Amino acid sequence: MRYDLFMAGFGGQGVLLAGNLLSYGALIEEKNVSFLPAYGVEKRGGAAMCTVVIANGEVGSPVIGRPSFCVYLNQTSFERYGAKVKDGGIAIINSSLVDDSGWQRSDLEVIRIPMNRIAMDLGDARMVNMVAAGAYAARSGAVALESLEQALKSVLPERNHRFIPANMLAIRAGAAAITP
Amino acid sequence: MSQRLFVKGNEAVAMAAIEAGCRYYFGYPITPQSDIPEYLSRELPKLNGEFIQAESEVAAINMLLGASATGVRAMTSSSSPGISLKQEGISYMAGSELPGVIVNISRSGPGLGGIDASQADYWQSVKGGGHGGYHIVVLAPASIQEMYDLTMLAFDLADIYRTPVMVLADSVVGQMKEALLPNPRPVTTLPEKGWAVRGRKEGTPQMIVKSLFLGDGELEAHNWKLHGKYDVMREKECRQELFLTDDAELIITAFGSVARIAKTAILMAREAGMKVGLLRPITLFPFPAQAFKEVTGRCKKILDIELNNGQMVEDVRLSVARDAEVFFYGRPPGAGSLPVPEELFEQIIKHY
Repeated sequence: MRYDLFMAGFGGQGVLLAGNLLSYGALIEEKNVSFLPAYGVEKRGGAAMCTVVIANGEVGSPVIGRPSFCVYLNQTSFERYGAKVKDGGIAIINSSLVDDSGWQRSDLEVIRIPMNRIAMDLGDARMVNMVAAGAYAARSGAVALESLEQALKSVLPERNHRFIPANMLAIRAGAAAITP
Repeated sequence: MSQRLFVKGNEAVAMAAIEAGCRYYFGYPITPQSDIPEYLSRELPKLNGEFIQAESEVAAINMLLGASATGVRAMTSSSSPGISLKQEGISYMAGSELPGVIVNISRSGPGLGGIDASQADYWQSVKGGGHGGYHIVVLAPASIQEMYDLTMLAFDLADIYRTPVMVLADSVVGQMKEALLPNPRPVTTLPEKGWAVRGRKEGTPQMIVKSLFLGDGELEAHNWKLHGKYDVMREKECRQELFLTDDAELIITAFGSVARIAKTAILMAREAGMKVGLLRPITLFPFPAQAFKEVTGRCKKILDIELNNGQMVEDVRLSVARDAEVFFYGRPPGAGSLPVPEELFEQIIKHY
């Protein structure tokens, strides 16, 4: 199997950390992964995005023109990159910050999750990226939640390991927001 | 088997340098390669090595020259404008037959250009970027694993041929993260560095490392010697990846990051029933001319794809069979110019 994901938001939302986490989880599962951060003259509050390709075989291109899966964490990234999703693909939208009314993409499966609200209900809006990662993992099946838990130990610095249980709650809440 | 790590390409270069026994690094920060000095500034002191942030790129390359002259393994890294500044030193190293590894995580130009992925330094790298008509070995990694493996190889080739070796990549390969198996340094028989200047002892001959040859006929002989080595490299050190070329009716050639993008486009073409393959040069100098000659003995169409306006394509044209057709598709580098697999697939359809 091959999974490609494009995730975008604004700097500070933790897009790159979420991408790293998903990548590391796949690595733990012995899969091959490429994690390509958008590399430009970005700054805090500017656009932040990454492309993650997870494959059982060779990854091939780390650059994807029309990803089959896109996650949008804020309005700007949705407006700028909404057209990227492959025809018939899946878009996960942070409905706390993104208004997609009037979006003319009837070919897509659009999943709206109030990620900021979920994160805030769990005590910290900063966990919005974990909610997104959980939702993506659950819907795509690219990575198991257990692997993400293990991966958190690697992607978070030692001093932040005390936050792993809270982050796992956010990941599971994101996964639970996916209706089967 | 050691555990797979998840690291950036730039970090892989730095890790490989340490594994290869490099304990001396001299550099000056520039995007998008600064992770290399960052890593080495942290790790080299722990290994009793030296990390020096030089006052300029020119100083750093001359420090590399000096360190290499003493026989130690040493490295510098930079990005395109900084590599331009280093060219005089690289020419002196080539002239002095000094090993040494130079990493170019190139960015777009000309001039200050931008920081986006670029392959526009191909000519500068493989045609002797400085004065005097020399070559250096140029290696073009396309994955994080190759960033590691080829950096280690760079140190060995530098020692074997007494030549500067360049690792040429861009921000895609430098900034991307992938799994890395940190292989141990391969066992290789390397020549003694009897030429190194390590402090003369009583009764031992004087060693001189220099690129100045003023005696009648001396410099001409020196140039023939250097070019004799390049011929040996052309014969023994060409490396390339062949992917699905056996039955191909169109062969894509590309190096580094864009070869990765092309590979996915090739798989799209295969799914559509088109017989397309890839010839990816791994050594840019020596250029794998023989491999091009061989594949074009059977497949008569080559599509060269580069992140520039057409540079490697000149070497491709010189290498293919006489009746082969060479097409070119390039994206000069800059923000938003990195092609996607779908775009390269369209080019395949156009030329198939």
